[in-house]
Amino acid sequence: MRILVIEDDKDVAAYLVNGLKENDNVVDHSADGKEGLLLAASETYDVMIIDRMLPSMDGLSIIKTIRATGNQTPVLILSALGDVDDRVEGLRGGGDDYLTKPFSYTELLARLEVLLRRGSKTGSEKVTHLSVADLEMDLLARTVKRNSEKIDLQPREFRLLEYLMKHAGQVVTRTMLLEQVWDYHFDPQTNVIDVHISRLRSKIDKDFPKQLLQTVRGAGYILSEDS
Amino acid sequence: MVLFATSVFILMGFIYWATAGYMSSQTDETIEAEIIGLAEQYQRQGLNGLISVIRERVARDPNGKSIYLFTARDFIKLAGNISKWPEDGEVQDGWLNFTLDDGLGWPTAEPRPARARIFIVPGGLRLLVGRDVNDFMAVKELVERAINFGMAITFALAMFGGIMMSRSTSKRVELINQTSQNIMRGNLSLRIPDRGTNDEFDQLARNLNEMLDRIVHLMEGVRHVSDNIAHDLRTPLTRLRNQLENTLLTVDRDQDREQVGKSVAEADQLLATFNALLRIARLEVGDKVSNFETFDLSGLAQDAAELYEALAEDKQQKFSIMIEPNVAIMGDRDLLFQTLCNLIDNAIKYTPEDGEIDISLTSSQNETFLSVADSGIGIPEEERERVFQRFYRVAKSRSLPGNGLGLSLVLAVMDLHQGKITLKDNEPGLRIELQFPKQAMTLEHK
Repeated sequence: MRILVIEDDKDVAAYLVNGLKENDNVVDHSADGKEGLLLAASETYDVMIIDRMLPSMDGLSIIKTIRATGNQTPVLILSALGDVDDRVEGLRGGGDDYLTKPFSYTELLARLEVLLRRGSKTGSEKVTHLSVADLEMDLLARTVKRNSEKIDLQPREFRLLEYLMKHAGQVVTRTMLLEQVWDYHFDPQTNVIDVHISRLRSKIDKDFPKQLLQTVRGAGYILSEDS
Repeated sequence: MVLFATSVFILMGFIYWATAGYMSSQTDETIEAEIIGLAEQYQRQGLNGLISVIRERVARDPNGKSIYLFTARDFIKLAGNISKWPEDGEVQDGWLNFTLDDGLGWPTAEPRPARARIFIVPGGLRLLVGRDVNDFMAVKELVERAINFGMAITFALAMFGGIMMSRSTSKRVELINQTSQNIMRGNLSLRIPDRGTNDEFDQLARNLNEMLDRIVHLMEGVRHVSDNIAHDLRTPLTRLRNQLENTLLTVDRDQDREQVGKSVAEADQLLATFNALLRIARLEVGDKVSNFETFDLSGLAQDAAELYEALAEDKQQKFSIMIEPNVAIMGDRDLLFQTLCNLIDNAIKYTPEDGEIDISLTSSQNETFLSVADSGIGIPEEERERVFQRFYRVAKSRSLPGNGLGLSLVLAVMDLHQGKITLKDNEPGLRIELQFPKQAMTLEHK
């Protein structure tokens, strides 16, 4: 993957660039807004990570400018401004996802993965059926089966599983689940998501030898057939 | 008003005193001058000379204002223009005030006031020299009337003007009050209107507006500073956290990994506290109404309840919800969700197993009530005010995890929504009621 990082903080940038390179990505880095914009406009990237506060040109202006030229490369906005309206502003301004500093590397990777997959999906055909190993989901009939056995799920559990299955094999963080499944952006004081995950797990995994839904320590969860 | 009335009264009094005094002294001086003239004649030509001078003067000016009467010892008239000695007069400082009428042989239709001086000429003869002061009295009366009228009109005008002025004054004060109240509710872009007359109120309005500009400027400064703190302090914290996370991947011994893992968790906690503080600070600036939208509060309450129900069930708590459907509210959806979650989270945390949690949403014509009640340890009455302070924790709950910022955030969010928060005793436990106004919100934030 080719990734562009526009970030002026040396340490954060170095950390990002090294981390991403280790995961076999080609990474370009710029610490300046205008220089970053030049790179973004002249090269082709799979995803861009752009900080909001930058010297010479702010991140949002860069995004607006490249979007105005029809460039639809997914953008992850990185910012220390964590307030909801800053986030809304960032997403309205053309960003595809928004991550507040401090972020954990796993959270960043998880989100990048989602952005990359979204970017590579070309057709707009509607998915009606999902499956991971012997777990199957029919999105039209809204039924879930494992090993052909029907599993009863609450509506929210269904949405949770749907999200996990759509991102099977990817790490999904708690924040991502709150944003995508519950549709709220907030910080829970307790890990309330864990309770929902363990309930879902008891329904889909409990009576089966192969555990599909795994907890990734310090990151989130992953639904995958090779565990 | 009283001051004004008093000064008008004093001014009018002075005019009256000056006019009347001048006129009466004029009269008296004329009489004195005549007396001096007559005395000279008497000294030069004796009694006969005096009589002839009096006759001459009377003859020369038959319709004049001067009064003469010269009588013998038995009040028999020797010369003069009145027929007999006045009987009704009263004497004051050597002056005789009396009334001229037909009885005295004065040609007049009605009695007229007069003033005279009396002399006893050697030999028991009496001389009266005086003046008809009717005109003077008339003028004096006229002046009096004019002054009275003047005063009445002045007072009427003053009253009217005063009322008008105080009415326009109170109107403008009211305008300033209303504007300030709206501004205090967080609409800092409002300014007090200026009438352009450059009077004291305009100056006051201008000063207040300048003060507001300054406050806005300072607030922007505060935000700038907090943004910078966020940028400058959270970034190194991120680095620290990330380095720890990196270390976590490289350490081999389980024991070390656990230690580093704990450090990462500590750093996360620190950052979470820091974020919460910044968030509260920014909410308290109170201008975050830009994110307001109308949405279904019932749905939001349902979502929050559903999110936490599982947590309560794990604690064997009875979780009951009573949510009135289709209650719309104007506000910040994410912030209100955070608020409700903080409250439910607290309720579950501070309520023992087998306890009860009740969530209810009701709405009346003017207000929307959202309440979270539990059967937990509650908050002693004397601590209920203080729990909203940053970092304050109720004495008996300090052993439980938490940063003491949850309710501070709730309060900041409620202030932003012009709502009220009340803590009540649920006997046992705590009952937190959130109250949102219905109309004011939609009107003011549109």
